[in-house]
Amino acid sequence: MSGIKDLKKVFGGNSSNARQFGMIATLIVAILFFQVVTGGLTLQPTNLIALVSQYSYILILAIGMVMVIVAGHIDLSVGSVAAFSGIVVAKAMDSWGLPWGAAILLGLVVGVVIGAWQGFWVAYVGVPAFIVTLAGMLLFRGANQFVGNADTIPVPEGFTVIGAGYLPEFGPNTGYNNATLLLGLVIIVAVVYNEFRLRRIQQKMGSERAPLWVSAVKLVVLVAIVAYAATLFAGGRVGTSFPISGIILGVLVLVYGFVTQNTIFGRHIYAVGGNSHAAELSGVKAKRINFFVMMNMSVLASLAGMIYVARAGASGPQDGLNWELDAIASVFIGGAAVAGGIGTVTGSIVGGFVIAVLNNGLQLLGVGSDKVQMIKGLVLLIAVAVDVYNKSQGRPSITGFLTRGLRRDKNGIAASDLPPGAQNGVGRDAETTEPALTPNGDISDVQRPKATTPN
Amino acid sequence: MGVDSPVILEMRSITKEFPGVKALDDVSMQVRAGEVHAICGENGAGKSTLMKVLSGVYPFGTYTGDIVYQGAEMRFRDIRSSESQGIVIIHQELALIPELSITENIFLGNEPTRFGAIDWRAAKTKAIDLLARVGLKDDPDTAIKNLGVGKQQLVEIAKALNKNVKLLILDEPTAALNEADSQHLLDLIRGLKGRGISSIMISHKLNEIEAIADSITIIRDGKTIETLDVKEDGVNEDRIIRGMVGRNLASRFPDRTPKIGEVFFEVKDWWVRHPQTAERFVCKGSNITVRKGEIVGLAGLMGAGRTELAMSIFGRSYGQFVSGEIVKDGEKIEIKNVSDAIDNGLAYVSEDRKVLGLNLLDDIKRSTVAAKLTKISKASVVNTYEEHSIAEDYRKSLRVKTPTVDEGVAKLSGGNQQKVVLAKWMFTDPDLLILDEPTRGIDVGAKFEIYNIINQLAAQGKGVIVISSELPELLGLSDRIYTIFEGSVTNEIEASEADAETLMRTMTSKKKEQAA
Repeated sequence: MSGIKDLKKVFGGNSSNARQFGMIATLIVAILFFQVVTGGLTLQPTNLIALVSQYSYILILAIGMVMVIVAGHIDLSVGSVAAFSGIVVAKAMDSWGLPWGAAILLGLVVGVVIGAWQGFWVAYVGVPAFIVTLAGMLLFRGANQFVGNADTIPVPEGFTVIGAGYLPEFGPNTGYNNATLLLGLVIIVAVVYNEFRLRRIQQKMGSERAPLWVSAVKLVVLVAIVAYAATLFAGGRVGTSFPISGIILGVLVLVYGFVTQNTIFGRHIYAVGGNSHAAELSGVKAKRINFFVMMNMSVLASLAGMIYVARAGASGPQDGLNWELDAIASVFIGGAAVAGGIGTVTGSIVGGFVIAVLNNGLQLLGVGSDKVQMIKGLVLLIAVAVDVYNKSQGRPSITGFLTRGLRRDKNGIAASDLPPGAQNGVGRDAETTEPALTPNGDISDVQRPKATTPN
Repeated sequence: MGVDSPVILEMRSITKEFPGVKALDDVSMQVRAGEVHAICGENGAGKSTLMKVLSGVYPFGTYTGDIVYQGAEMRFRDIRSSESQGIVIIHQELALIPELSITENIFLGNEPTRFGAIDWRAAKTKAIDLLARVGLKDDPDTAIKNLGVGKQQLVEIAKALNKNVKLLILDEPTAALNEADSQHLLDLIRGLKGRGISSIMISHKLNEIEAIADSITIIRDGKTIETLDVKEDGVNEDRIIRGMVGRNLASRFPDRTPKIGEVFFEVKDWWVRHPQTAERFVCKGSNITVRKGEIVGLAGLMGAGRTELAMSIFGRSYGQFVSGEIVKDGEKIEIKNVSDAIDNGLAYVSEDRKVLGLNLLDDIKRSTVAAKLTKISKASVVNTYEEHSIAEDYRKSLRVKTPTVDEGVAKLSGGNQQKVVLAKWMFTDPDLLILDEPTRGIDVGAKFEIYNIINQLAAQGKGVIVISSELPELLGLSDRIYTIFEGSVTNEIEASEADAETLMRTMTSKKKEQAA
């Protein structure tokens, strides 16, 4: 086994991990770039803390969005849904005197109801999600202004914790926020434990294990990053530390990362997005999956809306404007496929952070919002273009581009990533998949499952 | 024709490499004017690659070697440049646009114009003429989607004729056709030959090659093995197989001593409507029984309702269920959807791996367990270890050719993909497996392995229903065969008493013939 191959294992051996490594590399490059050009402002504790609390709600949306996109849909309504939930929650506390804990629950219930509404149209009626959520975008934006009289409604102090709160201060005065340091420590322990567990599993399964030094290098790098980040977050202005919204985000990433990769529901999302006919013939209840994926998105959008309102201290008619675009961009920068079936929660989060760092860095540089938008648009286009190009070359997306020298095994092209015509053509490798069966148009004999009907 | 006619095409020492793979290694072949030249080889041997080199899909410069056509060296940049020389390739997946009419398709990219606008009148007149030449009587305004696949194939050929084709390349032209349509197509190719059009044909159906080809080039592992003259060398199917696999396949079907038990699965008076046209029935009171350890064949022409019957049994996956009952192990069972079917021990391997059988984005291990995740899950959490070790077990026992089970299924060859699909359904512990065209598009060696797997399943006491368009396969594999015609079961016959002719008779007529 060559050293290079081992080195790759530092970042995970298979293509999807490697792909994520590509994203992480992009993120690190972006951070370092802005760190240099802003003269060290980017990695200032104050800036980092602000960055997390400012973008946590977009990242929460990205979690739901990647599931929607993997299932082969899209959700344009998330910004409006967030705004609507926000105003309902604010109104409930302000006018009806609902305690803030109950108000959060109410907000989530609103998300469930809206999600069930949209999921019903998408899954059971078969209206394309693009249309359903375009309608939802208008509907709930209007509903927000209807409920709030197109005005701003303030929220009480207690509620703001979820958006503007930080980990508490306790224990001896170390000059740092102890809770944040503790959090860092917990993460370090978890990372180390996880690596050992992985090695044990690999041993048990008798699969090829990376040499010990690979694990060691990986751990040292990860631990160093976590420790450094912890001291940064713990060393901010007094009274600030790691944001509560960041913790909510972290928990959601862990939970949803696990759900999508390791549970039956998660597998079924990929199955439906990858080939819904095959999924149905394998006993997957595709409608149910589509319904829950859409519903879940709206619940997360409600949560994001509440966090935003909590951070801003009030709910207004312009909340959540264009959020859907940032969330969708995060998912695609994070390597998801437009046709569905491909994408990961972690990838999308990293993609979201790329956008966040970009936004933040440009703001620090004093670039106007006009130019920021233009740059963001180009970054999205180029990121996806590189991805598409690499796939058509048989390389594994961005990673292939960044680690061209490192990789020798070339990874396949997912068939659905190619334009239909390309399957016979140049993009296809040799005869590896010959002979393709003919999905021909013989009406009388092309058997389709009955559920072929709408979606 | 034959040996004396001039060479129209010579491909010399063609070598084509893909990163890490040498798809073609010094391949040479000669095609004479006015002959039908077959290219035979197992899947992955390099046949399609060779044709893509010839037709300019892989342009000059991406391969080494020479193409000499009509005495001149050719350097095709793309398909257009080879077409301008009269070399036209018809791919396995037809390149017709379903929504457009026959005329529009024939002239697509080649539209006759008058003053810059498309001259539809001229196009239509020409289309009628072209259709007559391929023996198609349909109105040229008919949309392609309303034609059967056999007729679509003819439209493709009409399209090629419009390009003044001199050398027609057909990649698996009859793979999706029924016997009658195949026959018509072969006759047409023979007719073209009479008019001086040479053809190169790739096909897995060796009986057709034997019947139509004048000469055969056999390719194995990217190398030319031999060129045979059909008449002079007295070529037959076994001879071709020997060349393709490099050994004699003693028998195309593995030996098996059936151990048949009692009837455990019955479908009674099964009525199903067509999904779109409610007045049409795709199953008309079908009755079928399966015994333990028995392999039951379903014979029928395409569109007869074999797949419809199978899929409607498998959780009502096709059409609208009307009436009928399923009895398993003496008890009536209700199967309303696919998960009911799986829970009741049914498995259905669809005829179209890529469209209905697999998620091509997935890897082998995930595909293997996809139909019964609950079996390796606790509280809905999938045990990824077990997943890996189960997939690994199947990889070994079914001999799937892949370095690891982490590999994507899209990278496997057809035969290996089919093994993964079989593994996926074996993993559900079915009592009855319905295999729809289990060896379609799979090469000879892999077919033998698939037959072995089927036999093993039967030996374990499972019931197996095999649907196949290849009658020799049904006869070689099954214990008992039902024939289906227009949605009705027209005959039931012990395989030992049947031959292709008796089957064909009840596959093509309504009258129930008593096996006398």
